[in-house]
Order: sequence, then structure tokens, then C-alpha cells
Amino acid sequence: MSVPGSRNRIAARFHLQRPGFLLDVDLDLPGHGVIAVFGHSGSGKTTLLRCMAGLERKASGRLSVAGETWQDSDRFLPAYRRKLGYVFQEASLFPHLSVRGNLQYGLKRAVNGGRAISLDQVIDLLGISPLLERRPEGLSGGERHRVAIARALTVNPQILLMDEPLAGLDMARKQEILPYLERLRDELAIPILYVSHSPDEVARLADHIVVLEGGRAVVGGPLGETLARLDLPIQLGEDVGVVIDAVIGARDEPWHLIRADFPGGELWTRDTGLPIGHHTRVRILARDVSLSHERQHQTSIVNLLPAVVTAIADDYHPALALVRVDAAGTAILSRVTKRSAAALKLNPGRPVWLQVKAVALIG
Amino acid sequence: MLNDSDLSAIRLTVELASVTTVVLLLVGTPIAWWLSRTQAWWKSAIGAVVTLPLVLPPTVLGFYLLVAMGPDGYLGSLTRSLGLGLLPFTFSGLVVASVIYSLPFMVQPLQNAFESIGARPLEVAATLHASPLDSFFSVVVPLAHRGFITGAILSFAHTVGEFGVVLMIGGNIPDKTRVASVQIYNHVEALEYGDAYGLAGTMLAFSFLVLLVVNTINPNRSGR
Repeated sequence: MSVPGSRNRIAARFHLQRPGFLLDVDLDLPGHGVIAVFGHSGSGKTTLLRCMAGLERKASGRLSVAGETWQDSDRFLPAYRRKLGYVFQEASLFPHLSVRGNLQYGLKRAVNGGRAISLDQVIDLLGISPLLERRPEGLSGGERHRVAIARALTVNPQILLMDEPLAGLDMARKQEILPYLERLRDELAIPILYVSHSPDEVARLADHIVVLEGGRAVVGGPLGETLARLDLPIQLGEDVGVVIDAVIGARDEPWHLIRADFPGGELWTRDTGLPIGHHTRVRILARDVSLSHERQHQTSIVNLLPAVVTAIADDYHPALALVRVDAAGTAILSRVTKRSAAALKLNPGRPVWLQVKAVALIG
Repeated sequence: MLNDSDLSAIRLTVELASVTTVVLLLVGTPIAWWLSRTQAWWKSAIGAVVTLPLVLPPTVLGFYLLVAMGPDGYLGSLTRSLGLGLLPFTFSGLVVASVIYSLPFMVQPLQNAFESIGARPLEVAATLHASPLDSFFSVVVPLAHRGFITGAILSFAHTVGEFGVVLMIGGNIPDKTRVASVQIYNHVEALEYGDAYGLAGTMLAFSFLVLLVVNTINPNRSGR
């Protein structure tokens, strides 16, 4: 455990037996960025977060965060002494206090010293200054969640645990909160553990991903690398795809398009107004990528990239195959029928042209 | 309409009810808290014991207390060894008996209020670095304030209305243990119906007011 740089990593090993459920994980997580804890409902995501927070007293194991041991075989730091912020799935604001009172509740009990973020910054970051004098019952669902996130940050935590903060909100509310979450990710120096069952949220926010299934961590690693794996042991169905980092390189104003550049090539997409030079993420779903031997000239598809097949695997339906290709170092997935794969003689090492039908700029 | 001994009985009644309510707040709160949180199998047994005074005839309760507080009883030998003397026929004895007699009226509204808060606000408080004691006073008490008010009012009113236990434990000693309910009994025994009407009317008005207040605070008695 004395790997250089391990001081700031998060080591979490938990064992918790419940009737009909066993959580058994041993994780080594980076000490920065957004770590998505992904899995279907009932996979143990919330339980893992509760164990980390010290809310599950019966959980045995070991937890160290930022070089401090919070739990091991002969030590169990109670929840109120762990330097963490926790955002529950329901906003759970104190109904007897105003928004300001809710924030001050945490502020008064905050750990002193080394404050990563001031109250004013928190209020500003989440855009809640107009809400301060309001009562929780008078807030909309989205506003309540923003206050809950702000409140979790008032205690000056060393890690922020978020349990599906967008679950139970409608699409419009999600779109309202997501930009705030991105700001948190970009401006906070502390790691954020983000529980979610939504591939969209994970693709947009996460830097690192842990996939839970049946109480066990089945896969974990940096987001881009992990999503490009063909052996991801979880069914993502239509959501299979890669997320790659890119920079906005050009704009074609007459046609309302912008170009995202990455090492493997250039991708044109609808102009979302991002400035030139902006670092962004591009999500390419496997179902939107088709393959051909030759470069197609007479096609409506704008984005054509040369690549080399690196692997092929069965997909969720017997008719389908997932093909991983390498575009100058960037892995991209394509979903094709097995008949096409056979007709095109797709084997590792084979050069192909990618036709990318749709590209989503996220963040 | 009310003579001096009536007023003295009322004063003593109010004093007894006030002291009892304060003691009950201190004793009943931890019991109600424990009952609302525990998953121990003997929770229902403790709950039943706490509720017993609700169903027992006051004379039964008074009889056991009298024996226990007497010179040969456990409580009696305890108070004697502490140099407190014997409790029966004293104001302190009445307080002890009233606390036991009114216990369910404090514990049940509090327990309901605590249960309806649920575990979540306390977990939130813990993740905001509030210790258990801190979160009890900063979260539970404000959220359960209606339960506290209801419990206090009901305990006060119930103590004002007790008769059987007082008669068994306290007897009928003017200025010491003769409370309003006993005074009414005295009036009736002495065929002083006019005096009995005055005091009984006062008690009736008081009880009505108490229930009015409780129902206004707490329309459906949910304890929240």
C-alpha cells in the first residue's frame, strides 16, 4: 500500500451482509475528479456510499481517505467525525430551517483549517443566493437539490459523496442541475463519488468509473478506457459507446457546425456555441458508427475516419457484434451485424473507414 | 364561590401538575426516544409497561406504590437509607406517583413524534458533523416540538385530574396532599354541593381549555 502517490488515493474495502444481499468490495480509487459508481438498482451503490459515510455500523472493512484512516478492524469513526459531504437521493433539507439556516447548520460544525471552498463560493457555484431566505417547502425540486449539494459542501469535506442527486427529477430539472455538477467537478479540489444508474450522466461527468453488480465491483478504471472495453460485464444496450476528450478546433458558421479535434481525427457536429479552444467531451455511441472498406464519397455522413480493427466481440443480441477500432490511438466502438462483419472480413489488424453518424458534445 | 381551602387545593394541584410535567419531560424523553429507535425484542414489553397506567385502575397502581414506598417496601427502604424519610402522605410521594401515573401521556406523543421524524434527518445531521446529542437538540427537538407540547399539556391535565392514586398515596392532608379532585370529594361527602359545583365547574372549564389547545396545535394528534 506504499505506492508513491497512494497517500491521496481512496482505499475502500467493505463487507456487509444483509438478508438476501452481500456487499463485498475492495476498491482503490483516485483521490481527485468524479468517480462514478455505476450499476443497476439493487447492485449496492447506495450501500457502498453509506458504508463510506459511516452510516452502516455493521459494515466491516477498511477505509482511508486523504491519508486518514476512517475505518479498519479496530477503529470505526462515526459518521459525524468523518470529513465528508453527503448528498442524499432526496434533498432532505431540514424543514425547520430556512435555506440559510440549512447552510449555516453545516458551516457551524465544519472542520476548521484548509477550507477548500468558502460559503460565498458555494452559494455562487450553485446559484442559490436568491433562495437564501426561503423555506425548503417553497423551493422547486431542482432548487432543493442545489441547496442540498451546497449544504454538503459547507462542512469543508475531504470527499463529496453524492447518491443519485438527479434521480427522481424530470428531464428539465436534470438539465438545470447538470451544469452545476460540471462546475463542481471543474472547480473542487476534492474527489466526488457519484452514484448513478444513468449512462448519460456518467459519460458527461465522470473521470473514473466503478461498475457494481450484485454487491461486487466488477470493473473499474478511467472512464474512456473502461467504456471502450468489449468485455464490460454490464448490459448497456443502446448506450454502449465511447467518451473521448477533444478540443473545439473550428467553426463553420454558414452551416452551423463546429469541429471537435482529437488525436484520431476531426468530428463535425451541430454548433452548440462552444468557443474555439474549449476542452470538451465527445460521446460516440457504438450504434452510430458504421464501417466500410473504402472511403465513401457519395454519402450524407460528414465524419469519416480511418482506423484499424483491434477486436471483435459478441453483443447483447446474437445478430450483433461489437467491433473495437483504433483511430490513431483512440479506441472507438462500432455495432454491426455479424453478417456484415463476416462479409467485410473484419478481423484484428484490418484497416477500415469509420462513418460516424452522430456525435454528442457533452460538457 | 371558592373558599380558602378550595384555593389552597387548586394551588397545590397546579404545583403538583407543574412539577410532575417537568419531571416527566426529563424522564419521558429518553424513554420515548429509546422506544422510537430500538429494534430490541423486548421493546414491546417495555412499551406495555409504560402504557400500563393507562389501563390499570388508579387504586391498583396506588396500592402497589403505597406498599413499595412504605417502610417495608423497596422504594421505602431506599428513600430511608438516603435520609429522605418515607414518601407516602408527602408532596414528594405524590410527585413520584403522578410521574408514574401520567407516564404514558408524555411518552406516547413523544414516541409518535420521534417515529414520524424517521432516520433520515439524523443521518443528514451526522453527515453535517453533528454529534448524536447535538443533532437531538438541533434537529429532533425542533421537528418534534408539537409532540413535546402535546405531551406536556396532556401530562399536566392528566395529573390535575388524578384522584385514586392521590387518595391511596397522599391521603387527604390540607395544604400538603389535598388536591382539587380530593377537595371535591370532601365537599360531596359533607353534602356541600354548592362548593362542589364551584370547584367541579372550574375543573371542567380547565379540562375543556386544555383539550381545545391540544387540538388546535395538533388537529389530528399525529404528534408532529
